[in-house]
Amino acid sequence: MLKGHQSWLFNQKPTIHATATVVGPFEGRGPLANDFDRIHDHSMVDKDSWEKAERKMLEEAGDLAIQKAGYSKDQIHFFIGGDLMNQITSTSFAARTLGIPFLGIFGACSSSMESLAIASLLVDTGAADQVLAGTCSHNSSAEKQFRYPTEYGSQKPPTAQYTVTGAGTVVVDRAKDGPRITSATIGRVIDMGISDPFNMGAAMAPAAVDTIQAHFRDLQRAPDYYDLIVTGDLAKVGFEIANELLQKHNVPIDRTQFKDCGMMIYNYEEQMVQSGGSGCACSAVVTYGHLLNQMREGKWKRMLVVATGALLSPLSYQQGETIPCIAHAVSIEMGESS
Amino acid sequence: MANKQLKKMTPVQQEYQALAKKHEPPRPLLLNCIKAFFVGGLICIVGQAIQDIYTKSLKIPINNAATATVATMILLSVILTSIGIYDKLGQWAGAGSAVPVTGFANSMASAAIEHRSEGFVLGVGGQMFKLAGSVIVFGTVAAIIVAALHLLFNPNLSGG
Repeated sequence: MLKGHQSWLFNQKPTIHATATVVGPFEGRGPLANDFDRIHDHSMVDKDSWEKAERKMLEEAGDLAIQKAGYSKDQIHFFIGGDLMNQITSTSFAARTLGIPFLGIFGACSSSMESLAIASLLVDTGAADQVLAGTCSHNSSAEKQFRYPTEYGSQKPPTAQYTVTGAGTVVVDRAKDGPRITSATIGRVIDMGISDPFNMGAAMAPAAVDTIQAHFRDLQRAPDYYDLIVTGDLAKVGFEIANELLQKHNVPIDRTQFKDCGMMIYNYEEQMVQSGGSGCACSAVVTYGHLLNQMREGKWKRMLVVATGALLSPLSYQQGETIPCIAHAVSIEMGESS
Repeated sequence: MANKQLKKMTPVQQEYQALAKKHEPPRPLLLNCIKAFFVGGLICIVGQAIQDIYTKSLKIPINNAATATVATMILLSVILTSIGIYDKLGQWAGAGSAVPVTGFANSMASAAIEHRSEGFVLGVGGQMFKLAGSVIVFGTVAAIIVAALHLLFNPNLSGG
């Protein structure tokens, strides 16, 4: 049901029945290792290219989530997902393997919450009973497509971010128990004129702030409604900016826990990740692995996940364009069936 | 360029740029310079040592030894690239490892390894010069300009 200007309120309370996360070895050495379902020893995942490895991880995460929810593939009505590769090949090729009717989306790193929002809407409106949503990214395939060859010895500035290797999926249905998806806010594309692809955090922060404000306005809520508000992959630089922008716009963000997935997945002291993590899989594996585990343990009752995406292409920045960004927010609540 | 871009921006965008700039951690310029100085110097010392070995121990004439030294440095760089060390060195040393001939070799070897999955012809062959290509193109153009100037202003040459 439309609420306000750009938000959906889900009255049927679609539920996160099961989630699955698959990550690469570098993420496995990070502080959230215990929250991931599968950690691969090698970033090639027994494949002969990174692109194939990325796809394989999404296939595995898809299979695992369906299995954990106790379904078979033919019981899943739709699969919604996207990734960073040109023509979202990782996801559509994974959909070829999964054989589930497929809706491909592109929201760059916001694909995790974009797919979850659409999946929830389908379940909420009765357009589907069980929906699989998921996304994936791979550090090396992203470096190859967007930046330089991975073995090229160039120096990254402190604002650069490290693309997460992994895949995260979720099965949404109308199960009795489990975290419920209560609302979603679809973001506008915001471009504040940042053109440096090594400073994505600064480019994406205004989009995150815009969507957070839109969410509170549409649902007439304040930050303290949530125990936790988490952004997707702003990392250190973008997160600081988002904090300042929210304060400037008089959003009392300090009344809740405000965090960023890109700052949680790696160990800054031991892992050379500059500003922090990024990529489609960043918000997906942190939310579907770590945060939902904490929610099931009772640490959080209500959380708002704001996944941010930079909608640039390698071509667009070479032609001198600035970076348009987007953020989608989904609220997940645990608890008393009301 | 940056100023031209800034003029096209709305006041809100300009205000945001200033805010974002404030939060941007600066590159450690002085430290980078020092690291680049020492790593670049060290690479040159290694090169010199190799050349000395070629001329003194193997008694190769100096001109041939110089060529052999460059080839050896390229080989070393390609080996370090393929075992995944050169990119880490590059992150630490910056221009120190990018400027010498080893950096050039690294740019070609890394592109070749990167695109191996697309096959030998279109992948390795076609993409190998992705980064090095512009160095060769503009290096050649610069060489032609310098040669032309040399021809014009050098009395010994122009006078025949």
